[in-house]
Amino acid sequence: MSRIQSRFQGWGLVAPALLWTTAFFVVPFVVMAAMSFASLEGRTLVWGFSFENYARLLEKAYLWRAIIVSLEITLTVTAVSVLLAYPLAWIIAFRVPQRWQRLALLLAILPFWTSYVVRSYAWLLVLAREGVVNQTMLALGLISDPITLANTRFATITGFVHFFVMLLTLTIYANLIQLPPNYRRAAMDLGANAFQTFRHVILPLTLPGIVTGAFLTFVLCIGDYVTPQILGGNTELTVPQVIMVQLGRRADFPLASALAIVLMGIVALAYLTSSRWLRLDRI
Amino acid sequence: MMRFLPWAYLLVAFVFIYLPVGVLVLFSFQSGGLPVPPFNGPSLRWYETILSDPDLMGALRNSLIVALGSSAVAVTLGFLAAYGLARHILPGSALMRGLLIAPLTVSYLIVGLGLLIVLTRTGLGLSLWTAAIGHVVINLPLAFAIIYASMGAQQQNAERAARDLGASEMKVIVLITVPMLLPSIAAAFFLSVTLSWDEFIISFLLTRFDVTLPVEIWSLLRSGLSPQLNAIGSFVFLISVAVVLLLELVVFRRTRP
Repeated sequence: MSRIQSRFQGWGLVAPALLWTTAFFVVPFVVMAAMSFASLEGRTLVWGFSFENYARLLEKAYLWRAIIVSLEITLTVTAVSVLLAYPLAWIIAFRVPQRWQRLALLLAILPFWTSYVVRSYAWLLVLAREGVVNQTMLALGLISDPITLANTRFATITGFVHFFVMLLTLTIYANLIQLPPNYRRAAMDLGANAFQTFRHVILPLTLPGIVTGAFLTFVLCIGDYVTPQILGGNTELTVPQVIMVQLGRRADFPLASALAIVLMGIVALAYLTSSRWLRLDRI
Repeated sequence: MMRFLPWAYLLVAFVFIYLPVGVLVLFSFQSGGLPVPPFNGPSLRWYETILSDPDLMGALRNSLIVALGSSAVAVTLGFLAAYGLARHILPGSALMRGLLIAPLTVSYLIVGLGLLIVLTRTGLGLSLWTAAIGHVVINLPLAFAIIYASMGAQQQNAERAARDLGASEMKVIVLITVPMLLPSIAAAFFLSVTLSWDEFIISFLLTRFDVTLPVEIWSLLRSGLSPQLNAIGSFVFLISVAVVLLLELVVFRRTRP
């Protein structure tokens, strides 16, 4: 087979996928980016190059508040999920006997396969005024009146943490299990106690895995619409919720596009701050 | 005391992980009209309700069609691109790999938003098809990455041998490459089916009258808590768990050493 023929054949094989990605991802993305510089006059769209939409993000309180709310929720969720998942992964990797490990891990991530919309709904059931948590606490005499748990930021964070604890347990476990057991033994032999071994040997070695998992959590959490919409009530909105409001009754596509670009900017920033430790090829 | 701490933590963690699923499944058997304590039942009345609901069953069928169809397209395109890039020396191949992977770096909401803008601007309209197009966009990079990563030298040698013996390029792909890569092709296909089956935001933005199951569940959610939602949620969960266990036993067992 000649070189030229091989090259044509190669192009022919790659072309369908490239065309699909270009037509249905790159082109829409470019149009969306252009849209963020357009403006609405009444109901008609005026293409152009104005920073009007971005200026509105700074002026209108409900817009920049949404960015702050999204960041606060996402950072809390990321931190809490890592702190809860690490001990769980640790216990499964080093305390649960070898032959039960696969089962323990499978059980720890099984609820992952609840449908994504249904998972948030299930938390609504748990946290509702008449729900299981309130009823249990009433029965135990811990509270005298039902407390408001659903439709709060707490509910949103709980729903998110539940999902990401499962995801992070999986990624951190995969990391821990790859550590050669000799490293721990060597540290112990050299006189380190359990905490020192963790602090100076295990933690640095598993840091890339933690950061990769945390980055994934950050990206998925900040872009999610469903969880805050079902669990958060409508007292404070996140960026994806505001985007959906613009698409709905206001049909303000330029503003929605500008918000989407800001969302991408935040993710890019998160990538740059964590890129030193990121191992995206090892997910 | 310290010895029991890890086990106590494990117990608390599992309670937290299983609390919502447990409540969901338990109250799907509620015989009353509200899925909250006290539990009265068990009753299958809500399962009868969902199975005889034409909207829900239609949405279930739509979800299956979209998941299987979009995954078949994503895996086919992903396989051809992986084969082309792994077996041919092409100028700009790093750039092409980057472009094919790019949709992974963007959230589903943004992929859906971009497509929505283009579809409404060009007046093409929304349907089940447009949602399927969106699902191919998000699954193609995964399918490509999984299959590309599994293309190694041992298949290449078998392909060369087949070519030397006079097989056409088409025959090489169908008779040598695909069978040898079947485990990773199957993995890519099932992962893609799972993601498409559960995907909400793109389907929500890009469908109009015929909707997928997550979108139908979403619209039921607006009328508040109902054991009917518990039943459909538990139903889907049990199917997914069955499929996952089946895959664990059948497909992935063989690929492990």
